Amino acid sequence: MNQDRSHVLKLLTVVTESALEARMVRDLERLGAAGYTITNARGRGHRGVREAGWEVERNIRIEVVCDEATARRIAAHLQTHYYDNYAMILLLSDVEVLRPEKFQA
Amino acid sequence: MDPIILFFLLGLAAGLAKSELKLPSAMYEFVSILLLLSIGLKGGVELARQPFLALLPDILAALALGVFLPLVAFPVLLLLGRFKRADAASIAAHYGSVSVGTYAVAVAWLASRNIEFEAQMPLLLVVLEIPAILVGIVLVRGMGQQTRWGEVAHEVFLGKGIVLLIGGLLIGWLSDPDALASIEPLFFDLFKGILAVFLLEMGLITASRAGSLRHYGVFLIGFGIAMPLFGAGVGGLLGLALGLSPGGTMMLATLAASASYIAVPAAMRISVPEANPTLSLTASLGVTFPFNVLVGIPLYWRLAEFLHALPGGG
Repeated sequence: MNQDRSHVLKLLTVVTESALEARMVRDLERLGAAGYTITNARGRGHRGVREAGWEVERNIRIEVVCDEATARRIAAHLQTHYYDNYAMILLLSDVEVLRPEKFQA
Repeated sequence: MDPIILFFLLGLAAGLAKSELKLPSAMYEFVSILLLLSIGLKGGVELARQPFLALLPDILAALALGVFLPLVAFPVLLLLGRFKRADAASIAAHYGSVSVGTYAVAVAWLASRNIEFEAQMPLLLVVLEIPAILVGIVLVRGMGQQTRWGEVAHEVFLGKGIVLLIGGLLIGWLSDPDALASIEPLFFDLFKGILAVFLLEMGLITASRAGSLRHYGVFLIGFGIAMPLFGAGVGGLLGLALGLSPGGTMMLATLAASASYIAVPAAMRISVPEANPTLSLTASLGVTFPFNVLVGIPLYWRLAEFLHALPGGG
């Protein structure tokens, strides 16, 4: 099958505190994400084990598929606003998208 | 011994022994929703029987109490505890606000001894949740523009606890008393059973703080015990001044002694992100909650009895 370059997009994965969910959703929409998926997450990092046992200590994982410019814009925004005081990691990877029309803002 | 306390101890022991026991989080949420609604409903039913304006002095007194307690705690934490300003303000806010779990245990404690208390207590519980959060934010930020007050207001007034308590109060208030009988089995008759399951989970959560307790040490433990004792004294005296019954005085002392672990942490995380949430949760969940449940509540009843036995104590 013919692989069109435009079918490769960026997957931005954010793992952060669930306390930020409402703010994160607002930021993503404002910065041009066409959509996102949020799941509950738990794990361990340098802020210790985040067991999701207590409601204020839960983590979420947000996945956004978008073009590279949008992904970089979102990443830069999150970095300046949340890195200092919140548990947060960002991952950026290439993904091949099978229904590209779903990801246009 | 009271079975609900034993449920708490079971959770605590299982947690400390690193048992596999873990309640599904949906279940914890379900029992806490039921508790909040039950407390609200009970208050609403009783409030429907009395004029609202007569409650105004109590409401104003509760607001003042919610402002006063964090203002006392803050300098102690800052100067004696040598915490950073943001941490001191955040912990102070936790102690100025209230814990619904502790309130529920006190309700059950009084109920099993057939001691009455005033119907407006759930309303005062709601009122006391709020001012300390605002005081905590102002202590860090001042009244300036840095704080997104709209977001804070949303967090404070539309948080789960406040919505369910006020919602329950309104439903209890507006409902036809006879029609309420149909939902009584779930919300009133099962109250202690639901509380038992809730306390089992609280025991597990308390045990999970043991590690950070070792890490943060003696001052936090001392504060987590001294502050509720001080709060209970202030709350007890205020109850007496307001002319509450011994049961009501004990409830107000318990409210003043308890520290928040739901509404305040959530609001502080958003408004004062530089404060370390582990510090305040370790104190309020790891020290003060178990102290109040195991030792404080019977003690606050003795206090209320003592105050009412004083000459002119009513």
